[in-house]
Amino acid sequence: MISSHPARETEKTVQVSGRFHWIKIKGAIWRIPWAPVTILLIFLICGIFGNFISPHDPMKTNLAEAKTPPFWVKGGSTEHLLGTDVFGRDILSRIIKGAAISLQVGFAVVVFAGALGTMIALLSGYLGGWVDVVLMRITDMFLSMPYLMVAIALAAVLGPSKNNIILIMGVLGWAGYARVLRGEVLRVKGADFIKLAIVARASKARIMLRHIFPNIINTLVVLATLQLGVVIIMESSLSFLGLGVPPPDPAWGSMVADGRVLLFTSWWVSTWPGIAILLVVMSFNLLGDWLRLRLDPKFRQL
Amino acid sequence: MISKDNILEVQDLKTYFYTSRGVVKAVDGVSFALKRGETLGLVGESGCGKSITCFSLIRLVPRPAGRIVGGRVLFEGEDLLTKSEKEMTRIRGRRITMILQDPMMSLNPLFTIGEQVAEPIRIHQKLGKLEVWEKVKEMLRLVHIPSPEVRMREYPHQMSGGMRQRISGAMTLSCQPDILIADEPTTALDVTIQAQFISLLKEIQQQAKLSMIVVTHDFGIVARICDRVAVMYAGKLVESAVTRELFNNPIHPYTIALLNSVPKMEVKVDRLYSIEGQPPELHALPPGCSFSPRCPDVKEVCLKDYPPQKEIKLGHYASCWLHG
Amino acid sequence: MQAAGCMVKGGCTVSENLLEARNLTKYFPVTKGLIFLKRIGAIRAVDGISFTIHRGETFGLVGESGCGKTTTSRLILLLEEPTSGTILFGEKDISQMSRSEFNHYRASVQAVFQDPYSSLNPRMKVGSIIAEPIVINDNLRLKEIRDRVASLLGVVGLRKDANELYPHEFSGGQRQRIAIARALAPAPSLIILDEPVSALDVSIRAQIMNLLRDIQMKMHTSFLLIAHDLAVVKHMSKRIGVMYLGKLVEVAESEELYSHPAHPYTQALLSAALPSHPDIARDVIILPGEVPSPLNPPAGCRFHPRCFRSAAICSQQVPPLKEIGPGHLVACSLYS
Repeated sequence: MISSHPARETEKTVQVSGRFHWIKIKGAIWRIPWAPVTILLIFLICGIFGNFISPHDPMKTNLAEAKTPPFWVKGGSTEHLLGTDVFGRDILSRIIKGAAISLQVGFAVVVFAGALGTMIALLSGYLGGWVDVVLMRITDMFLSMPYLMVAIALAAVLGPSKNNIILIMGVLGWAGYARVLRGEVLRVKGADFIKLAIVARASKARIMLRHIFPNIINTLVVLATLQLGVVIIMESSLSFLGLGVPPPDPAWGSMVADGRVLLFTSWWVSTWPGIAILLVVMSFNLLGDWLRLRLDPKFRQL
Repeated sequence: MISKDNILEVQDLKTYFYTSRGVVKAVDGVSFALKRGETLGLVGESGCGKSITCFSLIRLVPRPAGRIVGGRVLFEGEDLLTKSEKEMTRIRGRRITMILQDPMMSLNPLFTIGEQVAEPIRIHQKLGKLEVWEKVKEMLRLVHIPSPEVRMREYPHQMSGGMRQRISGAMTLSCQPDILIADEPTTALDVTIQAQFISLLKEIQQQAKLSMIVVTHDFGIVARICDRVAVMYAGKLVESAVTRELFNNPIHPYTIALLNSVPKMEVKVDRLYSIEGQPPELHALPPGCSFSPRCPDVKEVCLKDYPPQKEIKLGHYASCWLHG
Repeated sequence: MQAAGCMVKGGCTVSENLLEARNLTKYFPVTKGLIFLKRIGAIRAVDGISFTIHRGETFGLVGESGCGKTTTSRLILLLEEPTSGTILFGEKDISQMSRSEFNHYRASVQAVFQDPYSSLNPRMKVGSIIAEPIVINDNLRLKEIRDRVASLLGVVGLRKDANELYPHEFSGGQRQRIAIARALAPAPSLIILDEPVSALDVSIRAQIMNLLRDIQMKMHTSFLLIAHDLAVVKHMSKRIGVMYLGKLVEVAESEELYSHPAHPYTQALLSAALPSHPDIARDVIILPGEVPSPLNPPAGCRFHPRCFRSAAICSQQVPPLKEIGPGHLVACSLYS
C-alpha cells in the first residue's frame, strides 16, 4: 500500500495529450476569423500570382477605352469589370498588381522594423544599465518624431522609389516595437528559468536568443500584424503625394491620386483602389485583434 | 439535519462551470451544517471545490461560466439561493463576511486604511461622520493595530502582510457579522505572524460569538482552531466529523492518506506515505467514486457508483463503500 | 553514478565538508536621486554568516521573510556577488580557484526553485530543458545526451517520452520533477532547494520529498533546503540553521534543535508552529511588534527589541555563534 511510484500519473497525461492536441487543433480551426483571413488570402494570391490572373496588362494604355465605367453602369463592358482610368488602363488589373506592391512594402517594412526593434528591446531589456538608458533615450527620440512629416521630408530628399520608402518606414518604425517588447523582455527576465539558465552558465547571447526571444514572439506577431495596416496606409499616403512608389507602377495610393480630379465624373478610378486599401488594412487590424485575444497570457502558445 | 442550533445549513449544493472543455462540476452535491459559535474547517487540495463552495454560499460565483445549479443554503432558516440580488447585498459584508488569502489583493492600494475600514461601516450602518471614524479606530484596536490614529492615514503598501491581513479582518468584523468565512487566511503569512493572526481570530470569535468557516489545505490550522472538519475531494464532501475524532479515527481512505502524508514535527519517519497519481480533471471525472483511481482499497463497486453519505458514528459522516 | 565534486585526492568520506561559508555578507545599497545617485544606506540582507554543509546531507535554513535565507542561496549560486566573506568548496576558496576548478564548482552546485510554473521555459521541450546544463558545458554527442535525459527522466519518475512534450502539458508536481531532473543533469554534489514543495498540493508534496530523499540516498547529493514549513525542514534536514534579520542565530542537528531550542527566537518560532494533532497544546510565545527593517537593524543583538529574555548587554554587543553542545551553536548573550 505504501508506495511513492508515480509512473501511473504520467501515463494519463501523455495519453490525454495526444488526443488533446487534435481537439485543440479542431477547436482552433472553428474559431479562426474567416472573414479577414479570406480577404487577406485573396489579396495575397493577387500579390503572388497577379501576372496569371490579371485579365489585362496593367500597364497597357488604350486611349480609345479611357474612362470606361464598371460593367454594371451604362457604357461599361465586361471587358473591363471595374472600368478603366484616364489612360484606358484596366483598373482591376492594376488593383491586382497594386496588391503585390502594397504587400511587398508592408511585409518588408514590418520585417525590417520588427527585427531592428526586437534586437534593441532584447539588448536594452536584458543587459540593463547604461545600454538600457542610452537605447531607450534613442527610442524615445524616434518615437517623438512626427512619422508622416519626417517620411515626407526623407522621401522628398531621397527621391520616390519602392526601396526608399521601405527604408524610410523601417527606420521610422522600429521604435514602437522596441518600447513595447522591452516591457515583455523585462517580464520574462524575472522568471525563474532565466536564473536557472544563468546557473547553468548560459551565455548572455544564448539567454536572449533561446530563452527570452521565443517568449516574446507572441507580442511581436500581434504588433507586426497591426503594424502592417499602418504601413500600407503610410505607403498609400506617400504614393498619393507622389513620394512613394513612382508611376507607372500601380500603387493604390497613386491610383487614388490619379482619380482625384475625376472624383465626380469617373468616380471608379479612385474608389476601387480606396476600397482595396480599406479592406486590406481592416483585415489586418481584425486579424491582429484576434491574435491578441487568442495569444492571451493564459495560454502563451502560438 | 435541520435544527435550531445551526446558523447555516447547506443542502446538496451544486455549482457547475460551463467551459469549452466540458462541464466542470466544481461543487457537486455538498451538504454540511454550521452551528452557532462553531468553527468549521473545510479541507482539501487545490481544485477540490472548497473556495467555490464558499463563494456559492454568498452567491459570488463568477459568471457567466459558473452557475449554482441546485441545492439550498439555509441561513437562519431562509434559503439564500432564492433571495434577490438586493437582499444579498444586505447580507454580504454585514451578516456573512469573507477574508481572502492574499491581503494585498483585498485592499485597494489607492485608498488609506481608514477609508477602507470605514467603507463597510458607511454602507451598512447609519452613523455620523465622527462616529464612523471612532468605529474605525475601535476596529483597528480590536485587531491589535498599534496607534490606530496614525495608521488610519497610511496606505496598504506601507504595512506588512500580517498587518494587512488584520486590517482585512477589521473590515469584515466592523458590522458584527454572524458568519465569517476565511479562505486560506494565513497561507501567505510567516509562521509567527500566522500564530498571531490565528490567536486573534480565536479571540474575536469568543468575544463576538462568531461562527466561522475556515477554508484551508493545512491540517495544522484545523488542529488549532476548528471544532469540526469537512474534507472535500473533486467537488464532493468525502468525510466530516468533530476535529479530534477525524484525527484519531479517520474513515475515508483519502483522509487517511492525507493525514499520513503530512510531515509532523513530533514524529520522525523515514519516508512519507504518498498517494499515487494526481487529483482528477474536474471535467473528466472517473465513473463511480472520484477517488477510486488512487485508492489503495478500491473495490468493484467503487468504480460503478458514487457512495452515498452515511453517518458512520455519531456526528461522523463519510462517503465510502468500505463502510456501509 | 558516482558522487561528483570531490576535490580531495584520495577519496572522500560522508562527513567531508563539502561547502563552507565564512562571514558571508551581502549589502544592497540604497540610493537617492535620479541622475547622480547618492548612497544613503544599505539593506543588510546577509550580515556575516558562517556555516558548513557536509557531503551527502541536507542542511536546512529556516527563518521568516526578510531573514536573508534566499539571498544566501543566491550568493552560493553565484547569482549575486558577496559584499564580503568567502565560500569554500571542498576546502578551497572559490575566489582563488583556477578557471577549470571554478567551472567545476559551478557545475557542482545546482538549484530547484519554488514556482514550478516559472522554472521551466514554456517554449522549450522538456528534453531540451533537462539537457541544457550539459549541452552548454560538456562535449557530449547527441546520443549520449539523449541517453542521459532518458535516464534522468527515469530517476525522477517520469515516462521516457516526456522529453518531446512541452511544460504546459504537465502538472505542478510533474514540473517540479522536471526541474529536479535538470538540476541532476551535471551530476552536482550540492543542490539548493528553495521552497521546493510549498507551491505544490499536499498530496504531491510527499511524493516529491520522498523522491528527493531517494536521490540523496542513491547519489550522495547534499541539499541546502530553504523552507518556511518547520515540519518539512525537520523531516528532510540533518542539521538546521535558524536565521533572523541577516544573521544565523542557532545551528544544531534537527532533533536537538526541536527538542532543546536554545535561542529565544528559535523557541518562539517553534512554539508558533501549528500542531499536527488537536491534542498537542503548545504555549505559543507571541512576539511583540514586527520584524524590523534590514535597512536599519537594531544595535547589538538584532533580536533584542522583541526578545522576552533580553538583558542590558543585548543592545550593546552582537553575540557571536558559540558552541554550547556537540554540533549545537547559539548566538546569544545568555550563553556566554
